[in-house]
Amino acid sequence: MPWRARGRRVAEATPNTADNSVLLEGLVKRFGKFTAVDGISLTVRRGEVFGFLGPNGAGKSTTIRMLCGLLRPTAGRAVVAGYDVARDPEAVRQHIGYMSQRFSLYNDLKVMENLRLFAGLYSVPQRVLRERMDWALAMANLEGKEDLITGTLPGGWKQRLALGCAVLHKPPILFLDEPTSGVDPIARRQFWDLIHAMAAEGVTVFVTTHYMEEAEYCNRLSLIYRGRMVALGTPSELKRDGMHGELLLVDCTPLGPALELLQSAPAVLDAAIFGSALHLVVEDAASAIPLLKQYLAANNVDVQRMERIHPTLEDVFVSLTTGHGAAEEHKA
Amino acid sequence: MNWMRMLVMAKKEVMQILRDSRSLMIVIVMPAILVLLFGYGVNLDQKRIPVYVWNQDGSQQSLDLVWRFKASEYFRVAAEVDNEKALARALDNGDARIAIVIPWNFDHRLQTGGRVAVQALVDATDDNTANLAMGYAQAVVQSYSANVQVAWMNQRGLAMQAAPVSVDTRTWYNEDLESSAFIIPGVLALVMSVIGAFLTSLTIAREWERGTMEQLISTPVSALEIMFGKLIPYFVLGMGDTVVAALIAIYWFHVPFRGSFGTLLASSAMFLVVVLSLGFFISVIAKSQFAASQIALLVTFLPAFLLSGFLFAIEQMPKPLQVMTHILPARYYVSVLKKIFLKGTPALMLYADLIPLAVFSVVLALLATRSFHKRLM
Repeated sequence: MPWRARGRRVAEATPNTADNSVLLEGLVKRFGKFTAVDGISLTVRRGEVFGFLGPNGAGKSTTIRMLCGLLRPTAGRAVVAGYDVARDPEAVRQHIGYMSQRFSLYNDLKVMENLRLFAGLYSVPQRVLRERMDWALAMANLEGKEDLITGTLPGGWKQRLALGCAVLHKPPILFLDEPTSGVDPIARRQFWDLIHAMAAEGVTVFVTTHYMEEAEYCNRLSLIYRGRMVALGTPSELKRDGMHGELLLVDCTPLGPALELLQSAPAVLDAAIFGSALHLVVEDAASAIPLLKQYLAANNVDVQRMERIHPTLEDVFVSLTTGHGAAEEHKA
Repeated sequence: MNWMRMLVMAKKEVMQILRDSRSLMIVIVMPAILVLLFGYGVNLDQKRIPVYVWNQDGSQQSLDLVWRFKASEYFRVAAEVDNEKALARALDNGDARIAIVIPWNFDHRLQTGGRVAVQALVDATDDNTANLAMGYAQAVVQSYSANVQVAWMNQRGLAMQAAPVSVDTRTWYNEDLESSAFIIPGVLALVMSVIGAFLTSLTIAREWERGTMEQLISTPVSALEIMFGKLIPYFVLGMGDTVVAALIAIYWFHVPFRGSFGTLLASSAMFLVVVLSLGFFISVIAKSQFAASQIALLVTFLPAFLLSGFLFAIEQMPKPLQVMTHILPARYYVSVLKKIFLKGTPALMLYADLIPLAVFSVVLALLATRSFHKRLM
């Protein structure tokens, strides 16, 4: 509403949030009986590339939409750029750029017309308009494509244009909801280079993804599962500490029967097929390896290789979420 | 309200309309098609109504009366029969809309100076036609009766030059009794319903459907700026279409235009605000283009078509429907249109229609502004 006073910064009132670009405190969103986001608390620092990692339906988009003031939180609070998202969504919107999961520029407008529209909506001043649009075009690598109808562009170009439209007004905080879904790997790589270039200029980037390899590009990560945060840290911290037990790689034949055997083997906490091999989680690798080799050999499984490896983010994620799932099923 | 942002929205909307051939067709072709359709296609004039005659008398006098029915352009004597059964059957199966029974003592009663009644049986399933047929039949019989009276008096040497009383009808406002003159002004209400409600009902729903709304509401643009930005182009188009439709009516169909063009524009603007607000409101609630367009047609086009007095006179509707028409903005607009075109009623005397129209436009516009929020749920 135009007559409402400009938003008040709440940062001054709560000094501990002053340096943080994004602050979540027990954020909850319920849709009827379904709890999409279940009490997430975290802070994102200025200039950080913060990843929100989780499977589809984990509550990533719902969280990001609350942070952009598009959904009202059911409980808890979120402060973005110093403004409370529930009380001052308009003030929040002045300070953020948002790229929604689904491509949401106007397909029937030309590249330039989309840029001009969003520049206008963000009130980019006339004197810097030309410069900002040229910059966005250059960043999106769309120079010379100004007059193409947006709907005719390939997926990767569209994503870059969407990013360009979201940053025309130089927002200090950028929210990207699965920005690279449906984009080929090379375009994805280029996109992440853009994100890091922006972060280097001091822009805080809050990005959701369900690609594990993309998560490695983030400075810090939060793993989300069923609306809850199951882990928080840098990718290396998560890989080091996120897993209970140690990880073994097993190359063996036949794979199927071996998996069945290992799932019920006493020392094994978890076993899963990983590509053409098996990943096992055990309490202690050194003591487990000889035992398991013996056990498999006794059951006519030919083991080519069995060694301790460093977990990937995916291993950590699987380990954390299966633990959760089991706990929850147990409760039920 | 930031005017620049609103203008940016409006500009975007115009570009989208220009690139969407379907919208463009509706905007450009629809008014002309509607006016031509109703100008040429709909004819409420009743002529050559089929009539059955049972002449029980068969005298010269009675044949004379039958001949008058035959001579009238309003009737077509389909058959002459000699029993009631045949009459009933003809009325039942629609061969006759009206049946005339001339009693056996017709001539005798007239000769002796008595009164005689001619019976008319009317198929009133279509009460409009029935009323017309009754009126025409009465006119035929009355003029015949006047002649008989004069002849009878002359015979007796009583000086009497003409019937004592006669009804001399003079139609005002639509002198040629052309139904097109009655219908075409109201077509403007239909044109506006299509441009205003139907097209705008798609605009917000389309943004939801295509996902563009999410991006739009993540920017600082306000709900009001979005609304005005979207409606202003349609307002301009709607006014343009009104003028085009009015010009076709006046210069192509020669519908008389006796009022002021200013009043026409002012009342059209009010009605346009009504339908635009409704269309916007529907678009906000429906969230899908298909549902929105169906609802828009249901709440604006259909009432404008059926209950506004555009085609069917409100006075002839059943009482409950008549009462219902008071909540239809189209009713007031159609009434204004007919008065401006045919009667040339000055604006001040149109207050009974203009005030409700103004109230509706303000209330619905407010409702529309309240309906849209920048939230996903």
